[in-house]
Amino acid sequence: MTLKSFMNDAISPWMKNEGPEADIVISSRIRLARNLGSVPFPIIASGEQLKGITNQVEKNFPGSSKEKFGKLSFLQMSDLNDNEKRILVEKHLVSPNLMNKSENRAVLLSENESLSVMVNEEDHFRIQCLFSGFQLEEGLAYANVMDDWMEEKFDFAFDERRGYLTSCPTNVGTGLRSSVMMHLPALVMTKQLNRILPAINQLGLVVRGIYGEGSEALGNLYQISNQTTLGASEQDIVKDLRSVVSQLIEHERAAREQLWNQSQNKLEDRLFRSYGILSYSRSMESKEAMQRLSDVRLGIDMGIIEDVKGSILNELMVMTQPGFLQQYAGESLKPEQRDQRRASLIRERLKLEEQEEDHDGGGE
Amino acid sequence: MLCQECQEREASLHFTKIINGEKTEFHFCEICAKDKGENLSGGNNFSIHKLLSGLLDTGQALSSQKSGRKTQQPKPDIRCETCGMTYKKFTEIGRFGCADCYTHFDAKLDPVFRRIHGGNTVHAGKIPKRKGEDMHVYREIENLKTEMQKQIAEEEFEQAAETRDKIRGLEDSLKKKGGDAS
Repeated sequence: MTLKSFMNDAISPWMKNEGPEADIVISSRIRLARNLGSVPFPIIASGEQLKGITNQVEKNFPGSSKEKFGKLSFLQMSDLNDNEKRILVEKHLVSPNLMNKSENRAVLLSENESLSVMVNEEDHFRIQCLFSGFQLEEGLAYANVMDDWMEEKFDFAFDERRGYLTSCPTNVGTGLRSSVMMHLPALVMTKQLNRILPAINQLGLVVRGIYGEGSEALGNLYQISNQTTLGASEQDIVKDLRSVVSQLIEHERAAREQLWNQSQNKLEDRLFRSYGILSYSRSMESKEAMQRLSDVRLGIDMGIIEDVKGSILNELMVMTQPGFLQQYAGESLKPEQRDQRRASLIRERLKLEEQEEDHDGGGE
Repeated sequence: MLCQECQEREASLHFTKIINGEKTEFHFCEICAKDKGENLSGGNNFSIHKLLSGLLDTGQALSSQKSGRKTQQPKPDIRCETCGMTYKKFTEIGRFGCADCYTHFDAKLDPVFRRIHGGNTVHAGKIPKRKGEDMHVYREIENLKTEMQKQIAEEEFEQAAETRDKIRGLEDSLKKKGGDAS
C-alpha cells in the first residue's frame, strides 16, 4: 500500500488542520452522556440487557442518515480484531474502555467520522462529535441533532432536578464534556504555561495531556475541558470554555512573537534541527517523534519552515501510534520495530510532501 | 535499569504491587508500560474513580459524624431497590448502578454534587423534547393541585371543582399518551 492511499483511509476530518484558529486549536470535541431509564447502567447490566440495547441501536440507525453527518454505520466491537479496535481508539472515535470490554459493545459512526456514538461504554450512549479547529458550537449543534434523534427512539433517564442521569456522578446534569486540544509550544518554551494552568483549574476547567487524565502533554498538546456538568446550561459551559481557550490562543501568539523577537536564531536552529532529524533518522520513539513534530509544526505556523503542510502534526501524531503503524506495516510489530517503522513513516510522509511540491512546480 | 519487558530500553516507570503481603516489583520503559496499560482494562479509570470514591466517602463520613455522635453503631446502608446497588458500594466504585439510584440515594446526594460540581446541585440545561413535554404537564398538575388546596382552604368549592376537573383532564391525557406509547 502506498502511503498516500493509506493516508486517505487513515485521516479523519478532525486531523485536517482546518477550521477557525487551526494553527493553535487542533480539534474540538463535544460528548453527551445518555442512558436509558429502564436498564441498569453498563457497569452492572447483564449481557442480555446490554445486547438488547445494541440490538435496538442496530435496528434503528445504521443505513439511515441525517443531512449533517451522512449515513451511519454500525460496528459491533467484538467483530473487530485488536488492531482495528486500536485504530478506532487512536482516531479518538472510541475510548480504550470500549476496546477492552468489547462484548455487547458497539459504535455508531457517521460517514465523515465527525460523529460517533459509543454504545454501552460507561453510559448506555456516548454521543461524540469531533471537529478540526476551534468549533465547539458546531460540535454541540451536531451532537444535539443526534441526541434529539436518539430521543425519538429511546426513553432517556432524565430527572427534572438532576438532568440527564449518568453512571458517574461527575457527568450528571448536561452529560456534556466539551474539550479542545491545543498546541501550545511557545507557552511551554517560555515557561509561562505552568503559571497559567492553575488559574484555568480554578475556573472549573481541566487541563490534561492528550491521552487524558494523568498523561503527559506529549508534543506540547494539551486538552482543556469543562469539569462541572451540573448547574449550567450546555451553551454556558461551551461559552466559558471558549472564552478561556480564546485567551490561551492570544497568550500563545504573544509568546511566539516574543520568541521570534528575542531569540530568532536559537528558535530557527531548534526547529530546523527537528526537521532534519525527522527527515533522516532511522529509529524514533513516540515521545521524541511528538516533540520533533511539534517543533516542525511551530516552524510551519510561524512561517519558518515553508515546504511542509500544517496538517503533518495532526496526521502523524495519529498515524505513528502502534495501531496505525501495524496496520501500515501489515503485521504486528515489537516496540523496537515500531520505532524503526515510525521513523520511516515520518520520512516517507515528508518525502511525499516534497513530491507534491515538485508536481505543483511542474504544473501537472 | 533495563525495561523488564523489552530488555532494550531504559526502564523509566517502576511499580510495586503488594498482594497478601507478597511484594512484586515491575520496571517498564514508557512504551511497554503503555502497551501494558492498554491491556489492563480500566487502568485509566482507576485513578478518577479512586479519587472520586474518596470524595463520596467523605460525604458519608461527615453525615454520620453529625448524626452519629450519640450512637456509635453504624447506620444501615441504603440500597437501591431497583438494581440492588448499596450506597457503600457506590462510594467504593464511584458510579451509580441505574437511574433509580439517584432517587434512592437522593438524601445523600446534594453534598456530593455540591463538591463535584462547584456548588451546584440542580440541572440548568437541556430538557429532552419528548419527556420534556410530559414534564410541562406534570408541572402544570402540581401547580393546579396547590391552587386547588388554596381554593378549598378559602372555601371556594365551585372553583376548586373546576380545578379538579382540569387536573383530571391533564392526568387523563398523560395516561392516554402512556397507553399509546406502550
